[in-house]
Parts: sequence; structure tokens; C-alpha cells
Amino acid sequence: MERILSLQDVRFTYTPDDADGRHAVDGVSFDMQAGEWIAVVGHNGSGKSTLARLMIGLLFPQEGTVGLFGDTLTEDNLWEKRSQMGMVFQNPDNQFVGATVQDDVAFALENNGIPFEEMTLRVRDALRQVKMDTFLDHEPQHLSGGQKQRVAIAGALALRPRLLILDEATSMLDPQGREEVIRVILELREKTGLSVISITHDLEEALLADRVVVMNGGRKFAEGTPQEVFLKGESLTALGLDLPFAMRLSALLGEQGIGTEPGTMTERKLVEQLWTLRSNR
Amino acid sequence: MMEKMVFGRYIPGDSFVHRLDPRSKLIFVFIFIAAVFLANSTVSYALLLAFTLMSIFASKVRIGFLIGGLKPVMFLIAFTFLLHIFFTKEGDLLFELGFLKIYEEGLRQGIYISVRFLVLVLMTSLLTLTTSPISITDGLEVLLNPLKKVKFPVHELALMMSISLRFIPTLMDETDKILKAQLARGSDISSGTMKERIQAVVPLLVPLFVSAFKRAEDLAVAMEVRGYRGGEGRTRYRQLKWDWRDTTALLILLAVIVALWFLRG
Ligand SMILES: Nc1ncnc2c1ncn2[C@@H]1O[C@H](COP(=O)(O)OP(=O)(O)OP(=O)(O)O)[C@@H](O)[C@H]1O
Ligand SMILES: [Mg+2]
Repeated sequence: MERILSLQDVRFTYTPDDADGRHAVDGVSFDMQAGEWIAVVGHNGSGKSTLARLMIGLLFPQEGTVGLFGDTLTEDNLWEKRSQMGMVFQNPDNQFVGATVQDDVAFALENNGIPFEEMTLRVRDALRQVKMDTFLDHEPQHLSGGQKQRVAIAGALALRPRLLILDEATSMLDPQGREEVIRVILELREKTGLSVISITHDLEEALLADRVVVMNGGRKFAEGTPQEVFLKGESLTALGLDLPFAMRLSALLGEQGIGTEPGTMTERKLVEQLWTLRSNR
Repeated sequence: MMEKMVFGRYIPGDSFVHRLDPRSKLIFVFIFIAAVFLANSTVSYALLLAFTLMSIFASKVRIGFLIGGLKPVMFLIAFTFLLHIFFTKEGDLLFELGFLKIYEEGLRQGIYISVRFLVLVLMTSLLTLTTSPISITDGLEVLLNPLKKVKFPVHELALMMSISLRFIPTLMDETDKILKAQLARGSDISSGTMKERIQAVVPLLVPLFVSAFKRAEDLAVAMEVRGYRGGEGRTRYRQLKWDWRDTTALLILLAVIVALWFLRG
């Protein structure tokens, strides 16, 4: 397995001149293998977006290093590294650069000097992957939020990145748009083995990840599989985080004397346990 | 009201004119504007008018729509026409009714000026009606490219234009939202004295500006992440294609100019 991202004791503050300024990211380390999906969760202001900005070189850490695809990220290799990654932000409107869907998807390709013939192929290909290939000439104002986010993902995919970073990419969408986007990412991962870092407040989304990193006040509070992390229960709620719906429900059921397996996190598993409850006895 | 406006509007289509390259259309209109000032006789003005009507015909834009959409301009044209008729006192007296005297030269000048004005407005409207704003931007960028040699920021200007165009609808929506939000809070911009109305606009503009700046910042970051670092080494996704239509259009224009030259009085 290839290590595509490695943060080592990364420390960053927006106010370096301020002697006792708080660090937005404070000594965070973790590694990521190719093909992994990592979810980053944490309360507002816990440093998640700052972390993402450090990964893609929008910010450089004051201490520690960010390693990408085997090299340390520096001012010199910044653009080359960036051309291998994509990032999608929260607001669907504020990241749509082109006049139409296809122009927007082509934007990163144009920037990287991809020849025209190759561009047309890649634009179509990327739009097909997010199921927006019938919208080539649509203007952004005639698209739903979920569609715009899918276009933004296509814009990132067109460069054939190895790492996709989603900074709350689904948080401004309605449940349907959210599901569309998540389904697209799941499929992509299955087909192309793309590595994904998704920063999210949506715990059901975090459950889909291979690994969850919990941020708190700029520090890494916990890291592990969703099972491991959410089993911490109480200590997470103390940070102002929610627990997945199925977990909360199973806890409430427990209070009523209906015991379910601890660590039941998805609705499907919970339902399964409930309807087999009697037959197990 | 906005729906009928022709200025700056684009109506998609696939007529001869629609399919012209934006570069040839821009060159065409610029040369045409200059050529209009060649005309100085009745035949030459007639030729200009006929040529303009022919161009409109080739664009398949309905004349009624065009004239209807240009109503404010039509008033202006009618006004200049009347000015000339009433205030030019040269040539033979044609018509007299009490103090109202109309002279031949006045009528002639009135018609000339109106036709000149009319063809200018029609041709430029035809350009924007048949070319999407983004194509116009592309065309301008390529045409102005030589200016890069003198450090004129052609690419940056074109990008600025296309991004502004892209964000106009977004900001319109936003204005609408803020307007409604302020209305719900009891703000009223449609009544009261001038001063009160201006004061009521401030709570609209402030949030609009704040959000526009936020959007600009987000967009800049999104562009940087996607590898944007100026025009250097960039390729173009929107390709412009010059074909026989463009050459034909410019040749026809050339013929018209030659004819105008010979028809001068
Ligand atoms: N541009 C900035 N200048 C100064 N301070 C900033 C800036 N951006 C973020 N901060 C501060 O850095 C800290 C971490 O912010 P960050 O945006 O990384 O949090 P986050 O986890 O993404 O929060 P959210 O869930 O609200 O997106 C916060 O205390 C915030 O106030
Ligand atoms: Mg954030």
C-alpha cells in the first residue's frame, strides 16, 4: 500500500505575531493509504477546514510537515502536487467558475495546459462519472445544489486526481442532493480506487468511511474505524458531537429494556437486530 | 418589463448570423459603425438601411421584436428627427401651419440622422442578440491578444468579464432574497421621501456587498485549488472557428463599403 498523505506534527496559527495566539491546527499527525476514505469530524472551529487547506497547500504549516504522494509539500512542488488532487467546498455557487457545466469542468484542465482534444474527452468522461453528462450546456443558475456539487466533483475528477478532499461538500444540500453526491463518491471509489478525505458534520456520512479522525480545538482527539470512534459515545457528546442516529436510538431502546448489541451504528443493522430479537431468544 | 428589453440580451438560435464566429461579428460591427459615417446621400442611406434589414433577416430575429424591444431608443430617434425638422431652416419651404414651418433640408437631415442612428442601434443589438456574452468575451480576448505585447492584461480582463457574467444571476437572486428578508423586517423602499428611500436601500446594499466579497474570496480559493495561476501556459476549452461564413460576411461588408463610397453625393 502506498502512503499518499502523511501529516507530521502539523501546527498552524492564523495569528503568528500574536504571542499567545491559539493554534487553529495544533500538532496533528496522521497517515493515509491510497484508496482509503477518511472522514474528519469535529465541532465548528475545531480546525477541520484549516487542516484541509494545509493539505492542499493553500496554507503552509508553521511547524511540522505535510507529505503528499511521497514528497514533502513545498512552495516549489505545490502546483505539481495540486494537479493530482481535487477539492470541493461547501457552497455550490461559489466554486462554479465556468459559464456552463462543461466550461466549469474544463477549468482545471485549461489551467494545467491539457490540449483541446484531450479536454473534450475528459470533460465528457468526468461528467459521465457523476451522471451529469446530459447537462453539458446548462448554466449554473438552472441547476440544483446537488447537481452543482456533482459538477464540482466532475471538475475535480477531470484532472484524474489521486486524492479528493471534500470540505463539507454536502452540508448545504437537501437530503436528496446529499444522497446523490454521496452515492456518486461511493461509486467512484469502487470503480477507480480514489482516495477520499471528507470533512463532514453528517455522521451517517462519516460511518461510510474506512477511518474517522475526530478534531477538537485544533488537536486530533481520536482516530480509528467508525466503530472504534463512535463507541467512545459519552466523550464524543462532551465535545459537542452527535452520535449516529442508530446509536442514539439503540441507547434509548436500552433504557426501555430492549437490549441491542452495543456498537450498532447503521439503521439497517439496527432494524435487523430488532426484527430478529424474538427469534434469537 | 425586463423580459421585453433587447439591450444586452442573447437569444439562442442557429441562423447564419448566430453561427458566425464572434471575432468576425465583432470586426464586422466595428467596421460597420465606421462605414455608417461614409453615407451622405439619399441612396447611400437607403443602402445602409437595406443592408441592415438584410442582416436582420439573415439572423432570423423578428423585426417586430427588435423594434418593440428598442422602444426607448425609438423615442430618442423620433425626438432627434423632430428637432431637425423644426429647427433646421434651410432649403425650400415644404409645409406651413401657423408658426410651424418645415423646410426641405430639415426633413432631409432629420431622416438622415434617424436612419444613421437606427442602423447603428440595430446592428449593435443584432450582435448581442445573436452572440452569447461569453462568446463575445472570447472573441474580444482573442482580438485584443496583440495588446499583451504592451502588457495590457487581456486575459485577466476577459476572465473578469466572464466571471461577472456568470455571477450576475446569482447576485440578482441574492438581491431578491435580501429584499424579501428586509421587507419582512418592515423595511420599505417603495414609498416615503427620496431621502427615506435612499436610507432604506442601505440595509440592502450592505449585506449584498458582504456576501459578494465572501463569494469572491471563496471563488478565488476554488480557482487556486483547481490550478489557476494566470493566463500563462493555459489552453482553451472554448475554441473559436473561422469558416467560410465569416469570410463571406466580411466580403459582403467590403462590397457594401465600396458601394457606399461610390454612392456618396
Ligand atoms: N481566515 C482566518 N483568519 C483567522 N482565523 C481563522 C481563519 N479561518 C479560520 N480561523 C480560525 O481558526 C479556527 C479553525 O477554523 P476552521 O475553519 O478550520 O474550523 P472548522 O473545523 O472548519 O469549522 P466549521 O465546522 O465551522 O467549518 C477557528 O477558531 C477560526 O476562528
Ligand atoms: Mg470548515
